[in-house]
Amino acid sequence: MTLSADTRAHGPTATSETVTATPAGIRLDLEVIADLVAPHSRVLDIGCGDGALLQLMQTRRQVDGRGVELSQAGVNECVARGLSVIQGDADRDLVHYPDDAFDYVILSQTIQATHNPKVVLSELLRIGQRAIVSFPNFGHWTIRYAVGLRGRMPVTRNLAHAWYETPNIHFCTIRDFVALADELGATVETAIAINATGQKMGMKMPWWFWNLFGQQAVFVLRR
Amino acid sequence: MRGETTTVTAPINADTVRAAATSDAGNREALDPSSPVAVFGKDEPLHLDAGIDLSPLQIAYNTYGELNAERTNAILVCHALTGDHYAASRSPVTGRPGWWSSIIGPGKPIDTDKYFVICSNVIGGCLGSTGPASINPETGEPYGLSLPVITIRDMVRAQAMLVERLGIDTLFAVIGGSMGGMQVLQWTVSYPDKVFAALPIATGARHSAQNIAFHEVGRQAVMADPDWQGGRYFAHGKRPVKGLAVARMTAHVTYLSEMALQRKFGRNLQDREAFGFGFDADFQIESYLRHQGMTFVDRFDANSYLYMTRAMDYFDIAADYGGSLAKAFQNAQTRFCLVSFSSDWLFPTEENRAVVHALNAAAASVSFVEIETDRGHDAFLLEEPNFFAAIDGFVSSAARARGLSS
Repeated sequence: MTLSADTRAHGPTATSETVTATPAGIRLDLEVIADLVAPHSRVLDIGCGDGALLQLMQTRRQVDGRGVELSQAGVNECVARGLSVIQGDADRDLVHYPDDAFDYVILSQTIQATHNPKVVLSELLRIGQRAIVSFPNFGHWTIRYAVGLRGRMPVTRNLAHAWYETPNIHFCTIRDFVALADELGATVETAIAINATGQKMGMKMPWWFWNLFGQQAVFVLRR
Repeated sequence: MRGETTTVTAPINADTVRAAATSDAGNREALDPSSPVAVFGKDEPLHLDAGIDLSPLQIAYNTYGELNAERTNAILVCHALTGDHYAASRSPVTGRPGWWSSIIGPGKPIDTDKYFVICSNVIGGCLGSTGPASINPETGEPYGLSLPVITIRDMVRAQAMLVERLGIDTLFAVIGGSMGGMQVLQWTVSYPDKVFAALPIATGARHSAQNIAFHEVGRQAVMADPDWQGGRYFAHGKRPVKGLAVARMTAHVTYLSEMALQRKFGRNLQDREAFGFGFDADFQIESYLRHQGMTFVDRFDANSYLYMTRAMDYFDIAADYGGSLAKAFQNAQTRFCLVSFSSDWLFPTEENRAVVHALNAAAASVSFVEIETDRGHDAFLLEEPNFFAAIDGFVSSAARARGLSS
């Protein structure tokens, strides 16, 4: 998919809404995702961590939520919080889910840590009516600066690991992700970029602008 | 009932048998349980998988807490291979606290201030429910091996009869570990609309070849004891204590882990500075296992051990559904939480995970926690904070969904 006007038209619905000011200190992209999910829907959150997003969606959207988390500590915390979560691996365990089992399958800040993002993304689209994917944008100007001018792999607030210890093995830019969605024949229903100050970026901005100044991206994809 | 399996045909005097059978505390409970019992007469037989109707039928049970007015807060706790229905109260046989006293009670993860907890002795057991040590009313003799082989599904069917007798239509939860976990899984398959939440712990949907192998070693040990007498030991005033003790010693090793054995015993010697150059219990681990074997025979009936192990061996839920475990759980509305222990080699995490995957395939609501511990299979009977937190979290959230919490 190229940067068509059609896709841009399905961009963020609200402009410059501040999402940093969450009293509970909830991660920006989680707030954005919770707002994208329809009330009372069936949701699978892959890489659900300590269950913050699941809990947010349950209280705010009354979803029937399930989670998959790689770290046992995260799973234990989720179950102790009363969430429906299993220990599992996005690369290995999605195959066990039937087609169309969920309204939304969410991959929040996880796709860059999977071994096979393309397979994982197509599994999301098989299991769910819609896939919601959020990821750090590797096209952000700070990263381009680090690599391009300083000649070093970037270590930023969002990407806090050094290259030799990072779990993030498959970085992509917003444009890369749009291209992958296109390759899989998925439709981009909604695309939201969040800038460094935690604001959703205006829908009127062109893709190159997003790709340069969007620190994080959230996409809603449909088969 | 089964044909005779023994060649000894001396006339049996019922009183003599009863006297022999009640000569120890364990078998006294088998015949005259001190707990409440539910009796089902000729008109309410238990239909066994062996194709035989068993009656009369007796089920010994205990309850803890109060049933609410809506009858919606009942939790059935299922015991393991050599467990009993004294889950949260003192055992009349051993005098020790209930085997899950740390989990069941006021303010505990299974809170008896909120829930009505039922625990019954399984059919085929030896603490008051009909089993091989019970007297067959037709012969006046203990059933012994004339009792048909009992399956996990039979145990669950009997529990369902008890639950109905107690006036409960739907169980809020069914919870159990090991063989108890098998019963939990069977409940969700046999009575999917009667179980709101299920907590199978350290278990699997089938018994593995290795587990069957260990059980077979135990059974052969019992049957090799000359005092076993073809299963009619009570008639001869004997009990196969040596064979049963060896069976328990073998089984007990499978409940622990290599790491835990090394940590607890290592190669330490028992009450001595050097090897005795003989076959006494030189090592602490030997002494420990012998003690485990000796104390076990005081509380458990040898024939019942044969029946319990057989029931687990026959267990294979998928086999009942054309080999597909996912099919067994199709349309499951029950909320599941599975728990495994990292060092359990009897029911390893992978066995538990296989059930999780089948439940995923059935789009069921499922949680799965693996508890990090070196204490092996028996960890489900021990105090493990993360384990307790998982039970608490799951049961509490299920209670909210069921409208039970204030």
